[in-house]
Amino acid sequence: MGGAAETFYGVIRRQGITRRSFHKFCSLTATSLGLGPLAASQIANALETKPRVPVIWMHGLECTCCSESFIRSAHPLVKDVVLSMISLDYDALIMAAAGHQAEAILEEIRAKYKGEYVLAVEGNPPLNEGGMFCIDGGKPFVEKLRAMAEDSMAIIAWGTCASWGCVQAAKPNPTGATPIDKVITNKPIIKVPGCPPIAEVMTALVTFITTFGKLPELDRQGRPKMFYSQRIHDKCYRRPHFDAGQFVEGWDDESARKGYCLYKMGCKGPTTYNACSTVRWNGGVSFPIQSGHGCFGCSEDGFWDKGSFYDRLTTIRQFGIEANADQIGMAAAGAVGLAVAAHAAVTAAKRLTRKPGRVAQEK
Amino acid sequence: MLDKSPQALTAAVAADAVRSGLSAERGVVYVYEAPVRLWHWINAAAILVLGLTGYFIGSAIPTMPGETSDNFLFGYIRFAHFSAGYVLTLGFLFRIYWAFMGNPHAKQIFYVPLWRKSYWREVWHEIRWYAFVAAEPKKYVAHNPLAQLAMFFMFTLAIAFMIVSGFALYAQGTGNDSWQYKLFGWVFSIWPNSQDVHTWHHLGLWMIVTFALIHIYTAVREDIVSRQSIVSSIISGEREFRD
Repeated sequence: MGGAAETFYGVIRRQGITRRSFHKFCSLTATSLGLGPLAASQIANALETKPRVPVIWMHGLECTCCSESFIRSAHPLVKDVVLSMISLDYDALIMAAAGHQAEAILEEIRAKYKGEYVLAVEGNPPLNEGGMFCIDGGKPFVEKLRAMAEDSMAIIAWGTCASWGCVQAAKPNPTGATPIDKVITNKPIIKVPGCPPIAEVMTALVTFITTFGKLPELDRQGRPKMFYSQRIHDKCYRRPHFDAGQFVEGWDDESARKGYCLYKMGCKGPTTYNACSTVRWNGGVSFPIQSGHGCFGCSEDGFWDKGSFYDRLTTIRQFGIEANADQIGMAAAGAVGLAVAAHAAVTAAKRLTRKPGRVAQEK
Repeated sequence: MLDKSPQALTAAVAADAVRSGLSAERGVVYVYEAPVRLWHWINAAAILVLGLTGYFIGSAIPTMPGETSDNFLFGYIRFAHFSAGYVLTLGFLFRIYWAFMGNPHAKQIFYVPLWRKSYWREVWHEIRWYAFVAAEPKKYVAHNPLAQLAMFFMFTLAIAFMIVSGFALYAQGTGNDSWQYKLFGWVFSIWPNSQDVHTWHHLGLWMIVTFALIHIYTAVREDIVSRQSIVSSIISGEREFRD
């Protein structure tokens, strides 16, 4: 660790990877990023000439599913190369060093590569009680985060925890778990939401940053456009059934067996931005909808707090009732309808009883 | 027009009657100009289509039998919804334009004089009238103050909200580079999870359904009870006072 001046190519060759395999990786990466045919040689050139970007990978309040996903990046070569491409100088999960030795690396990187390292954050800091709900190296995690963010080039917010808050920030959020962009406001933050994010999305993002030396284009929510600009629904292979009006209406009905659209089962594909329906999981094997279950929107803001995973409308909690917009709306319209009918009845009754008097009055 | 004192009303009726050569006794005032009437009915048709297709889009239809490639019903329902949405939006934009170009009544649905004390007194009278407490209704050339209140909050604001949230949701399909997203994408800065926008868009539907119920009921009721034309006024444009 700490050998950040070495080029990627040097590291790759040192690990016994042939030049042929190296070029295969470059082509594969260029293809998965949707780049043109020339990009493969550009990636190769970048890897041969550029020094590795130092990366600090920190863990806050989280479940480590992002790391679990990351290390399963589909192509074995991708895993090897990516772990060598970046100079992963600090990651409590997989580093050899421990204790004071490990913590010393943080200070060293901070001083040596001021403004040059990427801070990858998995999980988020809890802010209540002075951040005491997440102690890391004897200090609240939020302090460590702020210190390391100060001199970083950019921050990658891995997963829904770091991007939106996720389960630990779900109501009533007793620890005050807060997404990264609400704590660090003066650095570029790339949100890579998902619980966990797709492995290939994570590795491709790292590849992009190290190859081009800049951050990818982000959307309004701070997510990389190349993976989060379309909904699951937009590229879903069951979409033709949606347009045709062919829906699954029960988990074991004929339509479910035929693989129809899961819209009626509360699939949140139409409101979820992620690359599952294109990149898929486990090396492109499958994704939730392909396995017969609707998407429940794990990469969306506050997905734990929007009511049932099987309802496409947010549950509205007011006055102790729990209902969705349609139930409330229908009840309100029904009540008004009844009121209108009652009002009409009273109007009619009044006219019938008052008519003689009024006519006399008018005369 | 907005001066609703009886004298002014009588004067307006009389002036209009003289112009049109009608007897001032059965006063007739020209209220809704042709573009307003045309907009009203196009708008009503658009809302009917939007409401029905919107409900089906939200709760989905029973599964279609047969081959997938032979069916496109849900696609057609969505197409109808989006087309009617464009009609509604263009109509609404035109209606805003007409608020400036038309007669003074054309402005009424776009504001409520909440700051005017006399306005609240008249609203109170209308509430008493609808609660069967006041014996006689006051007569107004255009909307009564309570109707103006309902019109502004339950129709004008609700429709504006539906247009904005509707185009934001539409932009999800047309993509991040579309003009719809450029114009209405800011909605997702307020609700980052578009599921909430869907939820509010559904609530908006029920608000408009409720409005339509009240709107149609009061129009028919007042036509009968208040002894003035209401229903035929939005066809002919003229309000007739029958007393």
